[in-house]
Amino acid sequence: MLHAIRRLAAALVAAGATLTAPLALAQQVTVITSFPKELTDAYRKAFEAKNPGTKVEILNKNTVAGVAYVRELAPGSRPDVFWASAPDAFEVLAKDKLLEKFDPGVTGIPAKIGNYPVNDPEGFYRGQALAGYGIMWNTRYLKANKLPEPREWADLIKPVYFGHVATSSPSRSGTTHLTVETILQGEGWEKGWSQLLQIGGNSAAITERSFAVPDGVSNGQYGLGLVIDFFGLAAKANGFPVEFVYPSVTAIVPANIALIAGAKNPDLGKRFIAFTLSEEGQLVLLDPKVSRLPVLPKTYEKAPKGFPNPYAGTIKPKVNFDSNLSEERYYLVSSLFDQTITFRHKELVAAAKAINDAASKLAAKPNPQGEKLLAEARAIAYTPVVDESKMRDKGFLAVFRATKKDAETTKRVTALEEHWSTEAKKNYARAVELANQAAATAK
Amino acid sequence: MSARVTLPQAAIAGAIALFLAAFLVVPVLAVVWIAFADGDGGLTLSHFGAFFGVSLLRESFWNSLYVAAASVVVASIIALPLAYFTSRFRLRGALLVQTLGVLPLVMPPFVGAVAMQLIFGRNGSVNLLLGDWFGLNVPFMDGLNGVIFVEALHYFPFILLNLSAALANIDPAMEESAQNLGAHGVRLFRRVVFPLAMPGYVAGASLVFVKVFDDLGTPLVLNVTNMLAPQAYLRITSIGIEDPLGYVISVIMIVFSILAMWLSARALRGRDYATVQRGGAAAPRRTLSRWQAALAYGWIGLVLALVLSPHLGILLLSFSKVWSFTVVPEAFTLANYETVFANSSGMIVNTLVYAGLAAAVDVVLGIAIAYLGLRTRLPGRHLLDLGAAAALAIPGVVLGIGYLRLFRGVEVPWLGGALTASWIILPIAYSVRRLPYAVRSCTAALQQLHASLEEAAENLGASRRRTIQRIVVPLMAGGILAGFVTSFITAAVELSATLLLASSESMAPMSYGIYLYMQSIAGRGPGAALGVIAVIIVAVGTYASNRFMAGRAAHLETRT
Repeated sequence: MLHAIRRLAAALVAAGATLTAPLALAQQVTVITSFPKELTDAYRKAFEAKNPGTKVEILNKNTVAGVAYVRELAPGSRPDVFWASAPDAFEVLAKDKLLEKFDPGVTGIPAKIGNYPVNDPEGFYRGQALAGYGIMWNTRYLKANKLPEPREWADLIKPVYFGHVATSSPSRSGTTHLTVETILQGEGWEKGWSQLLQIGGNSAAITERSFAVPDGVSNGQYGLGLVIDFFGLAAKANGFPVEFVYPSVTAIVPANIALIAGAKNPDLGKRFIAFTLSEEGQLVLLDPKVSRLPVLPKTYEKAPKGFPNPYAGTIKPKVNFDSNLSEERYYLVSSLFDQTITFRHKELVAAAKAINDAASKLAAKPNPQGEKLLAEARAIAYTPVVDESKMRDKGFLAVFRATKKDAETTKRVTALEEHWSTEAKKNYARAVELANQAAATAK
Repeated sequence: MSARVTLPQAAIAGAIALFLAAFLVVPVLAVVWIAFADGDGGLTLSHFGAFFGVSLLRESFWNSLYVAAASVVVASIIALPLAYFTSRFRLRGALLVQTLGVLPLVMPPFVGAVAMQLIFGRNGSVNLLLGDWFGLNVPFMDGLNGVIFVEALHYFPFILLNLSAALANIDPAMEESAQNLGAHGVRLFRRVVFPLAMPGYVAGASLVFVKVFDDLGTPLVLNVTNMLAPQAYLRITSIGIEDPLGYVISVIMIVFSILAMWLSARALRGRDYATVQRGGAAAPRRTLSRWQAALAYGWIGLVLALVLSPHLGILLLSFSKVWSFTVVPEAFTLANYETVFANSSGMIVNTLVYAGLAAAVDVVLGIAIAYLGLRTRLPGRHLLDLGAAAALAIPGVVLGIGYLRLFRGVEVPWLGGALTASWIILPIAYSVRRLPYAVRSCTAALQQLHASLEEAAENLGASRRRTIQRIVVPLMAGGILAGFVTSFITAAVELSATLLLASSESMAPMSYGIYLYMQSIAGRGPGAALGVIAVIIVAVGTYASNRFMAGRAAHLETRT
């Protein structure tokens, strides 16, 4: 404690000194990022220490807001560096000619992780860290509720987890979108949606922001959640009673960094990007508060024990993430999730509950007629309202990709969404009915 | 009071009008215009049609109304008994109840919200204990419940204070007659006392309604985005400043704010009627029977515990290392404060600078508006007063959107960039939002000052300017200081406009920093530490202003 007080005092003195220091005209690099403050603080300090006389200015915005922000600024007044997880955001920026190609000249970073290119093949953006998706759980919560530890996404559909899971929605969070897309690509459209619908039925909440999931799991509000790895690893490294696992159906996707075209200070921006990719910059990722997977394999030599290393096979991703497919059906997946899971969560949970109840009754007192009804209930509740053939239909997907200003397409999309929503509601009600009938046969 | 309008008066009035026009009227009109503009210079209602065509926005609209109304109900349930007990019964806890009236206001609701989740959440302290003892789990903090709970606990003092004042103003003869006619207890309260105190209640309740309806920080911190203010914020920041639906939401928020303000003003006009009847003597205080006393003290104790819970929670969180699935944190540390001072001391300084600047601008404008309004015959002087007061009805989100829209391309040479990207936009927004407080206290101070003092000075040969400098301002000092402190402490914890206008971390004030920290697991401790510092600043300010006002009142009494 005494030591801590002394350190606090030292920090106070240091803070005072920085405040009273004359405002020197320092060279400034401006970084727009969605990353949390611990990470940006760590990089800011490390970069400023290495480059005396420079200042790192952080603009903290969520990825979508960051893209909008850069787009609205005139060339020459834009920030220098864009730094975020979702590769789609970088694709959008590159398409709008808002990124500038540049080679930071770092060596030792492999070209691919699995089958996924670490850097943009066209050279607009570079992978700066790696991220996988998985399940995080609160060990105390599981113990108190006598729940088993999950290993796979498929475990989360088990009735024991009813009411204990949390997830966000792909329309609200880029990382949740990647998770959902990973499941869909790994399991296939129909089976993937079936799992997602069942996980939705087991969820206590579909949170509005992706951070609410790891936050809720680490403070014990929820038992388990679908999260991006660093949330789980950082919470664990900071002493929270949580565990994190990569299911076999996972993908490793890089978080990226890029130089913005028309930046205020491109030279310093380049230096900053090069720094984040250097050995020194990569080491910052291992800070327990940050806990991200470095993109430079050498860095793992200094990692703490038990730290996952995707280059050494501690994570075995089954899914080779197809970002083109993901981008193509981005709106369809997000909207379908919202219309049938997020906005119909109450009805979906009711269906899941009825199905679980019927299943446990039938397990105690088997009845063939009941089994048939239950299978029917499951099929009707857990089948997506848009089937695979429709999803493969380019004309159908094109409706969602049309420019938003067209009033006619807006109307068509809205009508489709309304249709999915009512269809889902009807299906869940029917599933409850069938499940109740099934349960009745077991009496 | 001189009849002639002088040139300096007109010039000052013009300058104030220009300030209000540039930073309040035009930005708000721009927002309203875009909500109705069809893009070709004409007017249209189609954006409103689109708004009600999107189910998420419809849901947000109803959620906002529901949360605001439910917060009023919960706040009333907390405040009504307290006000009634303390004004009508002999209670020993009067000081305690007074403290209750200030404590919640010291902490901005979005700061307390995180701590409330740890205490009242699904597996927070209270539910863990309830689960252990009774096998119960109460969803205090689930979704909208959490917002209602946090807001009601924060804003009930508005109802308590207004209602207490109204109760004190009721003619005791009314209650005595009712009692003589046989009305007692609940019936006496329901049929006689409460209807007479209604104006005070409505004034407080509508204030609570509008504050909750406009709040952005609390729902965001609690992860609730299906309400109007968060939707406006998310649409403008993610879809872009051109998205018309963000403006439609803004207009809806303005309309409801004005409605509630109007209701409050009307109710308070009604209260004057009650004061005419006032007998002079305070209502007699009755003695509580033993079980009544137990009930009353029990209620006060419960409310006190609830009110203290966010304070205690945030304090615990700021010293905690890990707090998960336990009643209290298991390990304590000073590291969170260390992190804050090492990484975010600039934010504390920014807050002090911005809030100080805003409060200074406010009192200068406040003195001028009060003086022009009360001591001159300048045509249109009441418009200034009205203009300043109008800022109360403009939600912070709306002002922020208006600034972003209007000043987006405005380059300020000596700032080296756009006005919206510069720190100066924050003190401007704060000063506009807090101006009504400063105008109110300055006007009150000037009203108490008899014009004969100024006339005497002028008769002795002092110029108008000298009179203001040497006589008016020094004698108004108390009111000015009160205005300064109120503006300062409320600006120090303002988040709605800040979230929209703070673009970079180096220009960000503490409120933004707290919000930023609360976005990550490792950041919750430092966020709470920064919150504790904010609460201390606000508490010291509140205490100082109360002390000063009390001292001044005593001083005035001895003189007259």
